[in-house]
Amino acid sequence: MTMKRRTFVLSAGAASGLTSLNALATVADGTQAVDKILGNKKAAVGRVTLVIPPLVENGNLVTMKVSVASPMTPTDYVQAIHIVAEGNPLPNVVSFYLSPRAGRAVITTRIRLGDSQRVRAIAQMSDGSFWQGDAQTLVTLAACTEV
Amino acid sequence: MSKTSRTLVTMPASAKKGDIVDIRIIVQHDMESGFRHTETGQRVPRDIIRDFRCTYNGVEVFRVELHPGMGANPMIIFTTVATESGTLEFNWSGDNGYASSTSSQLAVT
Repeated sequence: MTMKRRTFVLSAGAASGLTSLNALATVADGTQAVDKILGNKKAAVGRVTLVIPPLVENGNLVTMKVSVASPMTPTDYVQAIHIVAEGNPLPNVVSFYLSPRAGRAVITTRIRLGDSQRVRAIAQMSDGSFWQGDAQTLVTLAACTEV
Repeated sequence: MSKTSRTLVTMPASAKKGDIVDIRIIVQHDMESGFRHTETGQRVPRDIIRDFRCTYNGVEVFRVELHPGMGANPMIIFTTVATESGTLEFNWSGDNGYASSTSSQLAVT
């Protein structure tokens, strides 16, 4: 137990010194990542629901659920869902590629959050349009700070 | 050298035709982000799973691109429509030659 505590204290100290070296992404990086996904199109707000707890104790494992309102028929379905966390060292977190055979555009997974931030979900529809939703979270213990 | 690890897939064994089936997958992996440092200040190299694919009787129905922002032991819950009896195959691949695969049978009535 004491060893664990010692390692923790050591690592916490090291981490606080290292965060400056390992600068977190800025909102601008996040916007850049979003622009890359969108190409030269615009994402309309709506149809996408992103559920993340508003207060996260540990950023290493955050359960999130994304759902997109879509009939998921062969002519009208969700092609892809991208999750972008603009406060993470790498804003792109995960991309899901769906087909009409998914039946429902609802996905649950666990992600890391490096800071309190706004997480965005961008859905690409089969007709080429983009829709987005977001969730604001407060992270007490960020990921990437432990050694 | 290729690596592999434990995988766990939870899904029903049978379903009615046209039903939407929930599939829950978990794979054992540290998902080393490449943004951490050791106590001596050395950066721990990235070692993550990059790609997950689910095929249903040989047809790809779901694919995921993973980045270091995914939590350790990646868990994903997704759905598929039960169209015909057959095999669902799950494949993961990643850095340093990581590859894991497993399959499940689905009986459609």
